Amino acid sequence: MERSDDELIHAVLNGDTESFELLIQRYQPRVFATARRYARREDEVADIVQEIFIKAFQKLSGFRRDAPFEHWLMRLAVRTCYDALRVHQRNRESLFTEITEEQSEWLERFNANPDGADDHGDAARQLVRKILEQLPPAARLVITLLEIEERSVKEISALTGWSVPLVKVRAFRARAAMRKILDKMERDKYL
Amino acid sequence: MNIEKLQKKLLAVARQDAPSDRVPYAFEKRIMARLRQAPAADAWVYWGRMLWRATAPCVAVMVVLSVWTFYSASGNGSEVNLEDAVLAPVQLAYE
Repeated sequence: MERSDDELIHAVLNGDTESFELLIQRYQPRVFATARRYARREDEVADIVQEIFIKAFQKLSGFRRDAPFEHWLMRLAVRTCYDALRVHQRNRESLFTEITEEQSEWLERFNANPDGADDHGDAARQLVRKILEQLPPAARLVITLLEIEERSVKEISALTGWSVPLVKVRAFRARAAMRKILDKMERDKYL
Repeated sequence: MNIEKLQKKLLAVARQDAPSDRVPYAFEKRIMARLRQAPAADAWVYWGRMLWRATAPCVAVMVVLSVWTFYSASGNGSEVNLEDAVLAPVQLAYE
């Protein structure tokens, strides 16, 4: 019979470190998917996930069991990803020198027929990733959670530890920052 | 160029591009190995952390007591000379 999260946590806190491996196995796919939203490269993803689980192990005694372990872990994951974004903020790559011909063509197709441009093209996916990379960490986090993962403001508040009004303000600024990047692209005649 | 529409389109693209939840082979073993390698908790580190945490409340208590002492001493006109107070037992012994 599969042991519950509570049983495993209880065992870990009583010195049975090996039980933590089962918790990792249970939640690592979800944590990997979250980290991939924010990391730039695959090796960075593994480092972030490792940091998340090590932090989870170290802070496990602080888990109060008033919410499922998964929620607590995902909160830790989102905050660690945010920290990683802030660390790499200085190393952001330039957007405008790296727009490929394919991406430029996708933008031209969109310009000619906004409703007709396909949503599944690699070029569009790469372009949106580049734009997200240009956003400041808080803006990227809030755009990802609110617009891409379609979470509520309240959920984002719980995940990030920001107050609800702060989430709203940051969401407003994030959308504006994204539009500014797109405006700049247009001004630089990439569109 | 309709920037609003482009923004919406790109966000729609991002929504459809769900990240993979693939996990590298035996990744949990790697983390467990790291956890086993972690140095044992040092009692002095915990003691140091506790001292740092105690700093703010101690400073707060000190400020509150200082303010209270200052106002209570200056408010009732019963100012006591520190030197007299400290040396009072000595003077009593001589008398």
